[in-house]
Amino acid sequence: MTKKKNGSAIQRRLIPTYIFLVIVSFISVFPFYWMISAATNTSVDVARGKIWFGTYALENFKALTAANDLWGSLGNSFFYAIVQTLLCLFICSLAGFGFELYHDKGKDKLFSVLLLAMMVPQVATMIPLFKMISSMKLLNTVWAFILPAISTPFMIMMFRQNSRNFPIDIMEAARLDGLNEFQIFFRMYLPVMKSTYAAAAVITFMNAWNAYLWPKVVMGQKASQTMPMLIANIAAGYTIDYGVLMMGVLFCSIPTMLVFFILQKQFTEGITGAVK
Amino acid sequence: MDTRSSVRKDSSFFKKGDKTLNKKQKGLNIQAKQQRAGWYFLAPATILIAIMSFWPMIQAFIMSLKTGSSANMQWSEPIFYNYTRMFSDKLFMRSIGNTFLYLAVEVPIMLILAILLAQMLNNKDLKLKGLFRTCVFLPCATSLVSYALIFKSLFATQGLMNSILVHLGILESNFNFLGTAASAKAIIIIALIWRWTGYNMVFYLAGLQNIEYSVYEAAKIDGANGWKTFWHITVPLLKPTIVMTFIMSINGTLQLFDESVNLTKGGPANSTITMSHYVYNNSFGDSTTNFGYAAAMSFLIFVLVAILAAINLKVGDTRD
Repeated sequence: MTKKKNGSAIQRRLIPTYIFLVIVSFISVFPFYWMISAATNTSVDVARGKIWFGTYALENFKALTAANDLWGSLGNSFFYAIVQTLLCLFICSLAGFGFELYHDKGKDKLFSVLLLAMMVPQVATMIPLFKMISSMKLLNTVWAFILPAISTPFMIMMFRQNSRNFPIDIMEAARLDGLNEFQIFFRMYLPVMKSTYAAAAVITFMNAWNAYLWPKVVMGQKASQTMPMLIANIAAGYTIDYGVLMMGVLFCSIPTMLVFFILQKQFTEGITGAVK
Repeated sequence: MDTRSSVRKDSSFFKKGDKTLNKKQKGLNIQAKQQRAGWYFLAPATILIAIMSFWPMIQAFIMSLKTGSSANMQWSEPIFYNYTRMFSDKLFMRSIGNTFLYLAVEVPIMLILAILLAQMLNNKDLKLKGLFRTCVFLPCATSLVSYALIFKSLFATQGLMNSILVHLGILESNFNFLGTAASAKAIIIIALIWRWTGYNMVFYLAGLQNIEYSVYEAAKIDGANGWKTFWHITVPLLKPTIVMTFIMSINGTLQLFDESVNLTKGGPANSTITMSHYVYNNSFGDSTTNFGYAAAMSFLIFVLVAILAAINLKVGDTRD
């Protein structure tokens, strides 16, 4: 009885907290709701401030696909993001494994040098990298998209930190069983570190999907453009059809939203992973 | 080249070991072999970072000392011409001013809001915790271009915000939010806060979960109220996390690009343009291309990021 009373007293004291959280949650969620509802309305209705769902979704979708290569851009975005994720995970986990489980003075020093790359802004390397990529005749290819992004200090750090939990004893046992160092990586490290790989994959995929500045520089051809570039182009027009635009934004957001809802735990781990 | 010198460093390291421990030479040979395998593992990542980050950085510096079109660049006369030029470039100065305005207003509001939310969501007695957390975190699910366009549409002259404000009688007629310098800046800041608060909150929640609940219980018994526990327990214990989120936010804000391009196009009349956006306009944008000048400006951004990060790391070092 007293316990229950106590409980409701606590809940009553939390009322301002609840109100605050409800307001913040509403502000956080509303733009999403509005994006979806606007995608189903005519541009005129959107401009008039209609916030309920309309019946114009199909027309908006048709207008979107008629004026833009939606499926091509979606395909490009998926292709680049998946290739980047696979290669980035492989290269950075290999490095994280090497830096942590074979560490010595030299490697520790090298690691702190690599961390300096975190401070290098994208705009600073953009021009020389563009020249390099164009002289290699790789503009508008998947390589142009991924090369600067498949080895990042952040990911190496994430794998290095998480490798601390890797049991070194079983490496010794594996060596006695005759496994060489590469076999140890593929047969033991990979399966043991599954959850780190999952978190790293989610974060790399999101970053690749959202990339905008670098693709804008090296993926100029219409045929190789990505989803963020496509919707930015729609919005850059002189008159904007907001219904069509929001339909495009919706398509650009569906993959990241799916990742967010299905893999939220890995997403959270991926964000905070390198800084444990 | 990089790896070769590293391997050499590696073997000299083990020679030192040989002198002191030559009885275990055989064991050391095996260990040396393993250490060498370690270098093979980290070689691809190291080489890529060297080619894709450090080498372009050096090239950018060299380029910043040159003038002329991209095919035919000459050493500039005097050698630091591009650097002296940018300090008399009013537009570049304005882009620095804008970037630092976003930094100074947005980052503190966002981080304080994020800590408050994390503190609230860490309360044991709170119900629907998971739902609230997901909602606040949800903006992270949008790409930067997407949310910039959503905000652009929401605040358009013929947009929802205008309809609501006119309907409520707050505004008499539709106001061009994105076409007026002050309100356009405010909207960029609001959009940034919307997008990144939940992201930072996640770090604080993770940090708070490392704080023993008994610390709070003890504080409650000692009669400390909510604000007192917040300032005297939560904030000090979260200090390393706060420093880290601060560094990340500074780094991100100084490189702000997607929002400036897609929300306002830097306008009206370049009044909201950021540094990165201006560098882009000078290298790949519609205005005249000047790689040398753009490289010089980008180098200044690098120096600013490095200085601010170094200051923060110094402050953050106290935890060791």
